[in-house]
Amino acid sequence: MADLLIELFSEEIPARMQARAGEDLKKRMTDGLVEAGLTYAGAHALTTPRRLTLAIEGLLDHSPTVREERKGPKVGAPDKAIEGFLRGAGLSRDQLEERDTPKGAVYFAIIEKPGRPAAEIIAEVLEDTIRNFPWPKSMRWGAGSLRWVRPLHSILCVLTREDGSEVVPLDIDGITSGDATWGHRFMAPARISVTSFEDYAAKLKRAFVVLDPKEREAAIWQDATNQAFASGLEVVDDKGLLAEVAGLVEWPVVLMGSIDAEFLDLPPEVLQTSMKEHQKFFSVKNPKTGRIEKFITVANRETADNGATILAGNQKVLSARLADAKFFWENDLRIAKSEVGMEGWLESLGNVTFHNKLGTQAARIDRIAALAREIAPVVGADADLAEQAAKVAKADLSSEMVYEFPELQGLMGRYYAQAAGLPQEVANACQLHYSPLGPSDEVPTEPVSVAVALADKIDTLTGFWAIDEKPTGSKDPYALRRAALGVIRLVLENDVRGGLEGVLQIAAKVHAEKLPFELFVGAKHLPKERYMKAVASAENDDDQFSKAKNIFFSQVLPDLLSFFHDRLKVFLRDQGIRHDVIDACIAMEGNDDLTLLVKRARALEVFMSSEDGENLLQGFKRANNILSQAEEKDGVEYSYGADKKFIEDAAEAALFDALAANEGAISSAIEAEDFAAAMGGMAALRAPVDAFFEAVQVNSDNQVVRRNRLNLLSQIRKVCGQVADLSRIEG
Amino acid sequence: MTQTTAPRSFQEIILRLQTYWASKGCAILQPYDMEVGAGTFHPATTLRSLGSNAWAAAYVQPSRRPTDGRYGENPNRLQHYYQYQVLIKPSPPDLQELYLGSLEAIGVDMELHDIRFVEDDWESPTLGAWGLGWEVWCDGMEVSQFTYFQQVGGHDCHPVSGELTYGLERLAMYILGIDHVMDMPFNDPQSPQPLSYGDIFKQTEEEYARWNFDVANTEVLLRHFEEAEAECAAILAQEHMDPKTGKRIIMAHPAYDQCIKASHIFNLLDARGVISVTERQAYIGRVRTLAKQCADAFVLTEAGGHTGETAGETAA
Repeated sequence: MADLLIELFSEEIPARMQARAGEDLKKRMTDGLVEAGLTYAGAHALTTPRRLTLAIEGLLDHSPTVREERKGPKVGAPDKAIEGFLRGAGLSRDQLEERDTPKGAVYFAIIEKPGRPAAEIIAEVLEDTIRNFPWPKSMRWGAGSLRWVRPLHSILCVLTREDGSEVVPLDIDGITSGDATWGHRFMAPARISVTSFEDYAAKLKRAFVVLDPKEREAAIWQDATNQAFASGLEVVDDKGLLAEVAGLVEWPVVLMGSIDAEFLDLPPEVLQTSMKEHQKFFSVKNPKTGRIEKFITVANRETADNGATILAGNQKVLSARLADAKFFWENDLRIAKSEVGMEGWLESLGNVTFHNKLGTQAARIDRIAALAREIAPVVGADADLAEQAAKVAKADLSSEMVYEFPELQGLMGRYYAQAAGLPQEVANACQLHYSPLGPSDEVPTEPVSVAVALADKIDTLTGFWAIDEKPTGSKDPYALRRAALGVIRLVLENDVRGGLEGVLQIAAKVHAEKLPFELFVGAKHLPKERYMKAVASAENDDDQFSKAKNIFFSQVLPDLLSFFHDRLKVFLRDQGIRHDVIDACIAMEGNDDLTLLVKRARALEVFMSSEDGENLLQGFKRANNILSQAEEKDGVEYSYGADKKFIEDAAEAALFDALAANEGAISSAIEAEDFAAAMGGMAALRAPVDAFFEAVQVNSDNQVVRRNRLNLLSQIRKVCGQVADLSRIEG
Repeated sequence: MTQTTAPRSFQEIILRLQTYWASKGCAILQPYDMEVGAGTFHPATTLRSLGSNAWAAAYVQPSRRPTDGRYGENPNRLQHYYQYQVLIKPSPPDLQELYLGSLEAIGVDMELHDIRFVEDDWESPTLGAWGLGWEVWCDGMEVSQFTYFQQVGGHDCHPVSGELTYGLERLAMYILGIDHVMDMPFNDPQSPQPLSYGDIFKQTEEEYARWNFDVANTEVLLRHFEEAEAECAAILAQEHMDPKTGKRIIMAHPAYDQCIKASHIFNLLDARGVISVTERQAYIGRVRTLAKQCADAFVLTEAGGHTGETAGETAA
């Protein structure tokens, strides 16, 4: 048994790539070793800005000898066949074994592959790993052709056994392996020789390198929170920043500094974003006021002045940055509060392209505003407010602050709308209309925000459908799936009623009218010749254009609705609703009312897992099967309703009465959208249906009686089909 | 490393950088005599990073970014500033150490400061160039850009050049402890005629800011852009064989001058606010096309590492 230590020492590895690289090194090395027969007891990877380290314990000294038996030709077979077999096995004839088998004497080849020493295998696997390392971005340097994330300087590769250690010899483009590493770039740059992982880790710690990123993170967080606590403050939690900062230092030293008083009135989000994005500082806030008052920076070294010079420098840089932010904030506020107000920004959005086929941001905002007006009554919002909110909701894209920090879009809009004295709902919509951004993001509930959020997303979806840029496979560059899911969640969580189709039509109409003919998806569906002719003619051919529009509304929009249904299926499946249950509900009329659709699906899901559900399904299926077969055979649809006077059998009469008794209650339950009650009523039909099939032969010789029975079954199908298309339910 | 004394002026920092990089074997070049947006545009970087010939050069490059003009009032922003540029090909294995040595040479005490290499991949859409490297932080301030060129003018760099770019004003202000660039001593404050940065550049910043933003004749500029573009193409379209001397002379540098011109004119037009967001991409694309064509031409020259047969070669 041996332990293996590998360190790949390079110039500074981007922080965001380190953790993944450590895992990749571990996986590729251990996979390669195991594949070559070298099993091991444990492995762990560690990373710093300058090194990827892998420690493997309990590795076999040799790969095991592998014995393989191959059955060859019969003894006495033609020489050619035997020679071919020998070539394949790499043996000579006298090495073959003759064995008696039921089919006579047969040659066998016994091939023994001797095990190989670990070092030999490690060298091969490591070279392969280095040459094919999956860096997200790699580079060449100097005159060489090796690729690494930044120049690779040395390879440490040491095998440790009880009786000592050895370097695994390896040479990759002139980089020779050894037992050497180097300490902290500034605090202990000298060369260090190591014999084992323990030796390596201990010596590096003495050379001011904390190898384990988790240990660096923990040390930074603990020191930062302690320092903040001592001042009665707290550090704003930011796991991503913590991981990044831990990837920028080998010897973390936490320093806390103050923010100049003149910047303390900036919105906390601005302070936090500026400090994080530009300086990678943590924000330190006063828990009593919520204001951010100090910052934490993490240096990579100790100094004789305890970091005073470093802190002063950082503070100075921060002040320059915040002076910029303050300048933007004050300029933006001046505009927001001026007579033109936020609408002043809209003008310049006329020069900003949203998408080269879908026009400028200003044009987009106009569309969204008009659509928000239409949607407002459906979601219980005031139409004027919704339109006003949609008009200014994206105005902050022109502000200086958002230009500098795009991630503050929406939030700045809210601040500026407040400063401009706009209604609170309008200010809220500036921020909230982007939501929900992901499956776990909160959904706005204020009607004005809901109206604008829906209008924004629906305009985007219909727009991209109109230019035929739909998501395909894993490609969804405009995040259209996210937009559709956003619409679904807005509708469901706010219990929005009324069909989606009408809104899609209104939104799509605007695109259909504004888009140039040659960009319009409807036009692409025209016969090619007509399309080419229409494009070629200088003026748009009105006739062709209206044809293209018809195609758009009749073919392309339904496709968008089924895109919504697909997203809905994924969404509901994640909530444990069976796909066949969803399909059965989508097959119903009015499936563009997503709230109703989901109400059906949830009721059906619950019902299907009950005994009644199973009963209803079996009764329905039996009736439906016989009926469908008869309809197919006869080529007619039996939908006239049964007539009591043609009833012959008691079971038949009982079913007829049960239907008559329940039908009204079921229909009114459906009307009231009480799908559970409706399905309870349907399940009550199970017993008479069963009795009916037990006692009655549907295919009577008397055609009148037969027709009447089929019409009776048809009534069952109709009644039971009012909640969902049960024929789509499996089982 | 010997203990260095603190520099006292902007020019002393420049002089120390010159001395330092000269001692490391770089040819100390002079600034390129054209308006450029950054030191990278100097043909000593753009063109010389191409081809297989070894290269080591350092120089100051006055650079112009018309949109950054603030009439000399912003403490950190200027429309005209200086960059210090080092380009070494192939990039030596100790380039990071050489760089850190240069910081010590200009008075950065490594024992007191926190120097960090923070990921920053460099890309110049106008030059069709990109590389990987870092911005170098000193106590949280970006003091240099450090890049291993991977591609320039659409050509893979082989060998790879290491490029260092120092923003001189910002670096010097930090070392000298100055808060407003105009207050920075340009020459030694003890000299009989002490001059500050503002004494030299305050007025020019005002003049250029006004011209860049409000006065520059956009029609003329637009025309000049087109002319530079056309001239660049015309130069490159010439026969490689000079009919007068009978020598093979590919005019990559004169053509590249036109590319530089077009690029600067584009920057001026941008500052005048006459280029829309959509057009912007198109203009950048046009300059990139020129840069690529110049790079294509340069690699056919001797300085560009071309060694093959030239007989029978005709203009592309």
